[in-house]
Amino acid sequence: MSAQNVLFDVPGPRARARYAVYTVFTVLAFAAALAVVYLGFNRTFGEGAPPLLSARAWAVNPEGQWAADKWAPFLDPATWTDYVIPGLQNTLTAALLASVLAIVFGLVFGIGRLSDNRGIRTVSGAVVEFFRGIPLLMLIFFTMALPIAVNQLLQAFGMPPLTPGTFQVTALTAVVTGLTLYNGSVLAEVFRAGINAVPKGQSEAAYSIGMNKGKVMRLILIPQAVTSMMPAIVAQLVVLLKDSALGYIIAFPELLRSFTLIGTRYGNVIPAAIICAVIYVVINISLSRLAIWLERRNSRRGRATPHVGAVGVEPSDVEPVGAADTGKRPDEPGGH
Amino acid sequence: MEAFLSNIDKVVDGFSWTVRLTLFSALFSFLLGILLTAMRVSPVPLLRGVSTAYVETIRNTPLTLVLLFCGLGLNSALGLSLAGSVAWDVFWWAVVGLSAYTSCFVSESLRSGINTIPLGQVEAARSLGLTFTQNLRLIVIPQALRTVVGPLGSVLIALLKNTTVASVAGLGVQEASREMKLMFDQGIAPVLPTFVGFAIGFLILTLPLGYFFGWLSKRVAVAR
Repeated sequence: MSAQNVLFDVPGPRARARYAVYTVFTVLAFAAALAVVYLGFNRTFGEGAPPLLSARAWAVNPEGQWAADKWAPFLDPATWTDYVIPGLQNTLTAALLASVLAIVFGLVFGIGRLSDNRGIRTVSGAVVEFFRGIPLLMLIFFTMALPIAVNQLLQAFGMPPLTPGTFQVTALTAVVTGLTLYNGSVLAEVFRAGINAVPKGQSEAAYSIGMNKGKVMRLILIPQAVTSMMPAIVAQLVVLLKDSALGYIIAFPELLRSFTLIGTRYGNVIPAAIICAVIYVVINISLSRLAIWLERRNSRRGRATPHVGAVGVEPSDVEPVGAADTGKRPDEPGGH
Repeated sequence: MEAFLSNIDKVVDGFSWTVRLTLFSALFSFLLGILLTAMRVSPVPLLRGVSTAYVETIRNTPLTLVLLFCGLGLNSALGLSLAGSVAWDVFWWAVVGLSAYTSCFVSESLRSGINTIPLGQVEAARSLGLTFTQNLRLIVIPQALRTVVGPLGSVLIALLKNTTVASVAGLGVQEASREMKLMFDQGIAPVLPTFVGFAIGFLILTLPLGYFFGWLSKRVAVAR
């Protein structure tokens, strides 16, 4: 249903007056919230601040975050070439590497879960559910600690430890590994749901013209599954790009780290946070629009995108809800 | 493994913070999510705009940035405090950040739930003379909630895993992943058993939740 047009009538004169009142209240509430944010970051709010109605409270405070010199660094090309662009490059490198690896991982384990061999099925299922069920940050921490773990294992078996420097894990490796394992597992479920959703007649027809299992998978099922799941795949890649910001925590010099460096260097935490958010939002919204466009194109061609549930939920357990008319799916991955 | 087990109190303490973060954030993000959804379908264009802008912005910002903003921006830079002790102060700021972030996903789920409700339901309600609010409260939201139990379960599980990000700089809630990192770094227990132990801890929390919501979504599904 298209809620917007049906939940209420076209307003008559009284309703229009009421809506106008609501609008005024919204504007007031919104303006009040904006004022608090403005004054708060202007450092002219709360204890010891000038009175709220004085001009001094509203003038841009040179000590506050709105002062021109706090924004000036962003007009300096050096800020962009020294901090932002290298950070963006690192973010995109990590995201791109992890995307490719995650898609490979997802294909391998997604198909593994559909294997006729029970052992392969069980192992793939366990791997996917494990990496999907634990937080990404733990995977990153563990990858960082891998050299310590190897040395401890060697010690436990009475072998000499590795020579220092032979086995090191860089922050980039840790981020890419974590992103690959987690998003790869999610993509494995996406691929599995997609392959399961290809009509049975397709593989039956392929078998009947003499294709073997590998060929059916490679030539018939995967191409159709990938096309129908494209929106879900792109949506997951948006999640992956967003999650690459976790690299901040292990001092990987990505976009967010660049902006915190700018923030500490020039003392302009808030301007830096705002510009950083704008960059992420622009990139992610463009990618999300791509996913929505792909989904609309699929539904125009009569292919609905099948649905993937949470960890422990069978894809078939969850009914596809409201996909067609909003172009959004209810379980667009919840951030991770 | 013994070294890990002898530190089990630290593990339990870490997970207790994880669970507390999850519970409070789940509650607030659910309430805020319903409010955002109601605004999103309301007859007042401005309310719709505000809700859309909020959801689209926060949803596309990395959680790390949202939490850093709460931690470094609001808590440290502005010196806003939510509680007396440091541990609870950062906890409540983490709850604020996680709720602000998760409510967008709750709202998106609910909105797609609303989109599944057959037109006739709402038309019937309106022809009985129900106002917009009554319509939403008595007809739309109850049915939408039942349809999106599964997706809301996914959001809850994602939230539970996202609580680990609350250990970032500026907040540093002593939740499970931070305990794990400390145990790695201080050499309290060998890395591999510690990792496996904490992973099992998270699986104990996430897997049953997943199965429960799968079961519940079938149980309460609206028969159409």
